[in-house]
Amino acid sequence: MPFFDKVKNIDRRIIFLFIALSVIVPLLLNIKFTEKASPIVQNIFDKIESLPAGSRMLISMDYGPSTVPEIQPMVNAVVRHANERNLKICYMCLWATGQNLTTTTVDSIQMKEFPDKKYGVDFVNLGYKAGNEGLINVLLTDMKKMYTTDAAGTYIDDIDMMKPIRNLTSFDLIVSLGGGTPGIKEWILFAGDPGGIPVAGGSTAVQAPLLYPYWPNQLLGLMGGIKGAAEYESLLIKHYPKYKNKSNPGIRMMGPQAIAHIVIMLFIIIGNITFFMERSREKSGKGKVS
Amino acid sequence: MHLSGDIWIWLGAFLTLSILSFLYKDNPFYKFAEHLFVGVSAAYWMVIGIWGTLFPNLIAKIYPSAVRFVLPSLADRPPEYQYIFPAVLGILLLMRLSGKYGWISRWPLAFIVGTTAGLNLIRYLRSDFIGQVQNTMIPLVVFKSSGFSWLDSFSNIVIFVGVFCGLIYFFFSKEHKGAFGTASRIGVWVLMVTFGAGFGYTVMARISLLVGRMQFLLGDWLGLIGR
Repeated sequence: MPFFDKVKNIDRRIIFLFIALSVIVPLLLNIKFTEKASPIVQNIFDKIESLPAGSRMLISMDYGPSTVPEIQPMVNAVVRHANERNLKICYMCLWATGQNLTTTTVDSIQMKEFPDKKYGVDFVNLGYKAGNEGLINVLLTDMKKMYTTDAAGTYIDDIDMMKPIRNLTSFDLIVSLGGGTPGIKEWILFAGDPGGIPVAGGSTAVQAPLLYPYWPNQLLGLMGGIKGAAEYESLLIKHYPKYKNKSNPGIRMMGPQAIAHIVIMLFIIIGNITFFMERSREKSGKGKVS
Repeated sequence: MHLSGDIWIWLGAFLTLSILSFLYKDNPFYKFAEHLFVGVSAAYWMVIGIWGTLFPNLIAKIYPSAVRFVLPSLADRPPEYQYIFPAVLGILLLMRLSGKYGWISRWPLAFIVGTTAGLNLIRYLRSDFIGQVQNTMIPLVVFKSSGFSWLDSFSNIVIFVGVFCGLIYFFFSKEHKGAFGTASRIGVWVLMVTFGAGFGYTVMARISLLVGRMQFLLGDWLGLIGR
């Protein structure tokens, strides 16, 4: 049987094996590439960089464990950047699964790396509330109607940082880091556009093409998938070199990502060559080869 | 190599490998992990719903003293009896569990459908229709302070031509022949490029998830790589 006929009937498990190796080998060899930020990511960085200290930023963590590898690197980078700029951060989530991830982020990044920041003064964790876009709609008019307490059950007006906040327009920037619906799109439709509040986002790669049409007029910037996260990390390292030695999962994941893409492209090319060779053989009257 | 001593990491590794084993073929380990996931997810959503929404946003509002032991900060707030209305709608929604009175659940369902449709109509009309039309009304020749910008002009022309030809492809009241047919074919190419970009992004997303799991197995579990 000729080579291309064998390739045509290849067991899909062999393809899985190639993909697994294309990810495992670069991870073991710690292959990394240099990242350069695109304008759509640079915009988010520049906006946070331009906010004066004490500005309020809402971070909505609208994702679950299934998209942690893509979204968490963005979350870590944005939280680090916001703290470096001394912004007041309000954490919340539209996804129930985001509540635990928010707590993990607050514990592992916010409190561990920035021990001088005080809960209730510099940051607050409001946790999850049900309602999806309906929730955003209420928050736009009266935030405390839905969030009567923070995630720990403290009455909302007993928290210093929350006292002057009336609704979403009290925030200087909303950053939604999400993996689906509700997520960035809902923040644009129900908060950004009607409230005139700048909305930036970080999404899974699957969602990114659907969100590009909102940029730059309705969406300030977008980190699309792990590539977006790696670009943001590279900007953070460029402006704050101390993060070069910290864990930068986005940059680290781009090595295996690139190698796996090359392998997939090779499979696509081989598949197409096989297809065209079979078609030319059929046209020349030799018929199908089993 | 430094194997993890954490039992939860081992459990995570076992469940990860159980799920990945489906790539070879269906097996009892995969089934176990799948069923466990469904069960844990359902319980998680229920617990979060009760403690995150039902208690602070309903019970604490109607009868504050009832939450004294779980949310003491809300126990002394004055009751807000208007919340009885959504509570009643919620109970009516549960009537669908009854064979005889299941029809009553259509009332709160109608309320949900009506308010959601009303809200979405306004927001989508403003952001997804008018907003997107505005985003397409862009200058085809761009001048910046430094003079004529080739790159921005080209970018805007691509957006304009792409949207215009894409719309023509979906216009079925006229036969796609002549100049109209050419524009329609360009529209198809634009759509194909869009699908290709979407596919590329999807590949990136799936590979990211695989990298994440491999980092967990090789790093957290086997200790072969640092995180």
